[in-house]
Amino acid sequence: MSAQQLSFYQTTLGKKVVMAISGVILIGFVIGHMAGNLQIFLGADKLDAYAEFLHSMPAVLWGARIVLITAVFAHFWSAFSLWKQNKAARPRGYAKQVSRATTYAARTMRWGGVIVLLFIIYHLLHLTVGAPVSGYEIVHGKVFNNVVTGFSNPAIAGFYIIAQVCLGLHLYHGVWSLMQTLGLNHDKYNDTRRKVATSVSLLITVGNISIPVAVLAGLLSNT
Amino acid sequence: MELRSNAPSGPIETAWDRHRFDMKLVNPANKRKFSVLVVGTGLAGASASATMAELGYNVKAFCYQDSPRRAHSIAAQGGINAAKNYQGDGDSVYRLFYDTVKGGDFRSRERNVYRLAQVSVNIIDQAVAQGVPFARDYGGLLDNRSFGGAQVSRTFYARGQTGQQLLLGAYQALQRQINAGTVEMNTRSEMMDLIVVDGRARGIIVRNMVTGELETHMADAVVLASGGYGNVFYLSTNAMGCNVMAAWRAHRRGALFANPCYTQIHPTCIPVSGEHQSKLTLMSESLRNDGRVWVPKNEEDCQKDPSSIPESDRDYYLERKYPAFGNLVPRDIASRSAKEACDEGRGVGPEVGGNRLGVFLDFKDAINRLGEDAISARYGNLFEMYERITDESPYKTPMRIYPAIHYTMGGLWVDYNLQSNIPGLFVIGEANFSDHGANRLGASALMQGLADGYFVLPSTIGNYFGSEGADIKRVDVSADSDAAKEAKNAVNERVDKLMSIKGDRSPDSFHRELGKICWDHCGMARNREGLTEAIGQIQNLRDEFWQNLRVLGDRDTLNQSLEKAGRVADFLEFGELMVRDALDREESCGGHFREEHRTEEGEAKRNDENYAYVAAWEFNGAGETPTLHKEVLDFEYVKLTQRSYK
Amino acid sequence: MNQVVHNKLKKGMKITLHIWRQKSAKSAGDFEKYIVENVSPDSSFLEMLDQLNEELSESGREPVTFDHDCREGICGSCGMVVNGVPHGPKARTTTCQLHMREYHDGAELWIEPWRATAFPVLKDLLVDRSSFDRIISAGGYVSVNTGSPRDANETPVAKVNADLAFDAATCIGCGACVAACPNASAMLFTSAKVTHLGLLPQGQAERKERALNMVNQMESEGFGGCTNHGECEAACPKGIRLDFIARMNRDFISASIG
Repeated sequence: MSAQQLSFYQTTLGKKVVMAISGVILIGFVIGHMAGNLQIFLGADKLDAYAEFLHSMPAVLWGARIVLITAVFAHFWSAFSLWKQNKAARPRGYAKQVSRATTYAARTMRWGGVIVLLFIIYHLLHLTVGAPVSGYEIVHGKVFNNVVTGFSNPAIAGFYIIAQVCLGLHLYHGVWSLMQTLGLNHDKYNDTRRKVATSVSLLITVGNISIPVAVLAGLLSNT
Repeated sequence: MELRSNAPSGPIETAWDRHRFDMKLVNPANKRKFSVLVVGTGLAGASASATMAELGYNVKAFCYQDSPRRAHSIAAQGGINAAKNYQGDGDSVYRLFYDTVKGGDFRSRERNVYRLAQVSVNIIDQAVAQGVPFARDYGGLLDNRSFGGAQVSRTFYARGQTGQQLLLGAYQALQRQINAGTVEMNTRSEMMDLIVVDGRARGIIVRNMVTGELETHMADAVVLASGGYGNVFYLSTNAMGCNVMAAWRAHRRGALFANPCYTQIHPTCIPVSGEHQSKLTLMSESLRNDGRVWVPKNEEDCQKDPSSIPESDRDYYLERKYPAFGNLVPRDIASRSAKEACDEGRGVGPEVGGNRLGVFLDFKDAINRLGEDAISARYGNLFEMYERITDESPYKTPMRIYPAIHYTMGGLWVDYNLQSNIPGLFVIGEANFSDHGANRLGASALMQGLADGYFVLPSTIGNYFGSEGADIKRVDVSADSDAAKEAKNAVNERVDKLMSIKGDRSPDSFHRELGKICWDHCGMARNREGLTEAIGQIQNLRDEFWQNLRVLGDRDTLNQSLEKAGRVADFLEFGELMVRDALDREESCGGHFREEHRTEEGEAKRNDENYAYVAAWEFNGAGETPTLHKEVLDFEYVKLTQRSYK
Repeated sequence: MNQVVHNKLKKGMKITLHIWRQKSAKSAGDFEKYIVENVSPDSSFLEMLDQLNEELSESGREPVTFDHDCREGICGSCGMVVNGVPHGPKARTTTCQLHMREYHDGAELWIEPWRATAFPVLKDLLVDRSSFDRIISAGGYVSVNTGSPRDANETPVAKVNADLAFDAATCIGCGACVAACPNASAMLFTSAKVTHLGLLPQGQAERKERALNMVNQMESEGFGGCTNHGECEAACPKGIRLDFIARMNRDFISASIG
C-alpha cells in the first residue's frame, strides 16, 4: 500500500496528541474545580463568596467555558474517530481473547469516558436547570445549600460517587497514557510516571467524593 | 575446459588494487541500461543488491521468504572478523589472510583470501555507518573478542546476534533502494531455472509462491546469493527453507560445482531429542572456553545421572588426547572426537534410533572457580536458550552437545571476479566455493558474504558490463525468446510431474531418508565403502521419489508441499554429487575426513602432491557420471604445513 | 533433573487442535478440529504441527500452511495465536521455540493466524506482512552509500546508548505486537527502528524525517492506533520495550511542530 501524505490530525498519533493535550486541559480544570469546591468545608459563606467572585469576571468565565467545551469536544471526537479506525484495523477478533498486560482501567477507557461525559451533562443540568433533572429547585447564589440539598438525596450522591470512581479509573490510565503519547519519557523517571498517574487519580477521586460522603455522613448540613 | 582463476599476478598485497584499476568502468549514464537479477537476500544478496542499485544499475532481487530480512544469515551468532587491529595485539591484513588459508587447510585460492582480509576493514566501517550496534567498551569505542581459538582479538560482535544486526543493516540499505525505485523486490519467489542465451546467463524462471505462477525475468547478468546446501543432511543448523535449487539449476545449465564434499560440522549443537526433530540448534562455540567435554569411561554409566559418576570414571577425552589445546581444539577435531566417543557406545542422553548421540559439556568446575554469577554473565542467554529447548539447567546438570552440519564451504565454482564458468552468472556468499578452502574459521562467514556483496561483486560486475557490454547487448533477449520459453516449459513440466506422481510418501519423508544416508556415510567421517554404498542408496531413493512421491493441494496456489518436493528433488541429485566428490578426494582435509587417510595418531592427513586442487564438477545429465575439472592451487605465500593441535 | 527419571517421565501426549483453515486470501475461513496423538513433550510446537501435517498428508488431506524458517527464534517467520496469545504462553519465546511440555496431556488448543487488516491472511495460518517492509522502506535506515565511510572508531558512541540501541534493534519483525494489540497497532515495531537509529550519532541527520515518514507509512497501511495497553510488550518475543513508543512519539511530535 503506497503512503498518502497524511496531515498531523489524520494520523492516529496526531489524534492521540489532541486527546492528550485536551486531557491535560481537562485535568487542570478538574483539579481547580475540586480545589474550589473543597471550600465547602470552610462553610457556606466562603463557598458562596467564591461563586460570586467567579461570576464577577464574565469574560474570564466565558473564556474558560469556551476552552473547556472545545477540549471536551476535541477529546470526545478524537476518541470516537480513533475507535472507528481501531475497529477497522481488526474487523475479526480471536476465538479466544486473552489480555496479559491491559489494566481494568485501560480496558474501560471508552465506556468509562462515556459515563463521565453523561455525568458532566447531568452535573451541569443539575446545578443550572435544577428541578426537572434533580427534583428540587436551585437557588441562585446559594451554592452551599444547593449542593447539600442535592447530596442529601442518596440517589444523587450515589451517582456522583460512581461517576467519580469512573473518572478516577479514566485518569489512572489517562494520565500515564498521555505522558506516553506526548513522549514524556526518560529512563530515570519512567517508574515515576506510573506513580504520578496513581497520585493524580487518587487525589481527584478522594477529593471529589469527600463532599457527597461528608453530606451523607451529616458532617455538612444546611444552616 | 580450462579453469582460469583470472586472479592478477604480481605482489599479492597490491593485487586487488591493481585489478580494480585495470577493470573497465561503466559510464554513470550507461549504468541504468544494465539490469541484474539477484537471487537471495542474505548478507551477500542484500548487500550486493543495495550497492549495485546505489551505483545506478537496475536490480531485481528475489527471495523465498516473505521478507528479505529473514534470510538465514540472521541466525549467525558469534561475530565478524576484520583486520582492524583496534586492540593493538599484532593483527594485520596479512595475519588474517595467513590464518584463513591455514585454517582452510590449504584448499583455498590465496589471492581471493588476501582480498577478503583486505576489505574486511571496510565492512566494519560500512556497517557502523549504517547504524549496526556493535558491542562497545566504556569509552564508546568498538569492542573485540578472540573467537574460535584465534590468537588475536579481531572479532566484532553484537551480543550473540551479530548476523542479525549485520543482515538488518544490509536489509535496510536494500529497503532504501526499493523505496528509491532502483530495486524491484520479489518476495516469496523461488528460482526454478537459469536461462542461458548464446552462452551467457540472461535470465531466470521464478515461481511465485503465492499464486503458483511461473514468471520469466530477463536481464544482462544473474547473481546467485542463494546460500549453502547443508540441508542435504536434513538435520542441520540451517533454516528449514535453505536449499540448493538455485545453484543446482545453474549447475544443470553448465555451471561447475566445486568441492561439494567440504561441509563444516559444528561441535556444539543441542543433540537430537527424538524422531520428531526437524532442525538442530547451535550453541555458540564460546561455551568451550569454560566448559569441559566428557563422557563416561564405562558404557554402563551412560544412563546414570552425571552427578553420580565419580571423577575417576569420567573421560575428559579432548584434554586427554590434545593436552595443548584441550577443549579448544578446532571445530572438525572436536566434532570427530565426539562422534568417536559415541560410536564406542559411550554417548549420553536419550536413545534415538538405537544410539545415544551426545557428550557432556560440563560447567561445574568453571562455576566452582568463578562463581555462578560470572558464568551467567558470560553465557546466561545461551544457558537460557538451552533450558528452553531441553528443559534442563546447565547450572545444575552438564549440558549435552553433539556436532551438526552448520556451513558448507563448497559451492559453484567462480573465478577471482566471482563469475562462474558461464559468462554473466556471478555467485557470491556461501553459494560459491571460494574463500574458505576445506574448513571455515569462526566469524568468517559474515565477513565473506559482505565482502562479496558490498565490495567485490559491484566492481567486478561493472568490469563485465564495461568490457563485454556491446556483446551482451547485441543479443536481444525477451521472455519470448526460444531459450526463455524452453526453460519455462521445462519448469512447467517438472512441476506437473511432481504433482502427478500421486504416490504414498511425503516430500519430508524422502528428505529425512536422504539426510540419514548422507549423515551416516558422508558426515563427520567418510570411507570408500560407505561412500560407494551411499551412491547406490541415493540413486534408489531418487528413483523411488519420482515414482512414489505424494504432493497434495494444487500447483496454482500457495503449496508448501510442492515447494518442499522441488527442493528435495534437487537435493537427491546434489547429494550424489557430494558423495562422489568425497569418494574422489583421496585425502583428509578440513571438513573432509577420510578414514583411510590419517596419520599414525589418527589425525587428518592431506595429500598435497595429488589433491592440492579445486574439484569442479560438470553436469552430464541426471544419473550420469559428472566430469571432473581441476583448478590447481598455488601456495606462494603460506607454506603448506600439517596442522597439529597436540 | 536426574536424566533417567526424566526420560521415563516423557510419554506421548494427546492434543486436540482447532486450526484456522482458509484456502486463499479471498475465501472465507473456519476452524477445523484435529487430534494429534503421541506427541513428544520434547517436540517444539511447530514439530507437533509437522507431525499433524505428516498425518494429514498420509490420509490424503492437505497439510496446514504456516510460515516458519530458522526455527531458532531469530528470523521472525513463524507466529500464530494459540489460545488467544501470540506465540503461545511462554514469555519471550517465539512459536518455534515453544515446546509441547508447556501443555498438559489432553490440552485443547485454538490456533489462529495474526489478525489485522494490514496483515491479510494468504492461507491458513500464513499472513502477508509486507506492510512491515514498507514501513522500513519509508525511512528505517541511515542513508549511506557503500563506499568509503569514516573509520568505524572515529565516532565513539556512549555505551549506554549503544546498548539501548541494540535492545531496540533486536526486533525480529514477527508481528506479534500487532497480533496482540487490541487495535492491531504497529507502534511497537515502528518505534523499535526509530529508537534504534535515533539513539546513534549516525542516525541523527535523518531523525525527524525518519519518524515522520515511518509513522506516515505505518498509518497508511491500516494499522490501528496505540491505546497504551502494553499487550504488545507482553507478547514481544524479544522484549522490545513500551517506552520506545514514547521515544517515537516525541520524535514525531517535534518533527511535526517544526
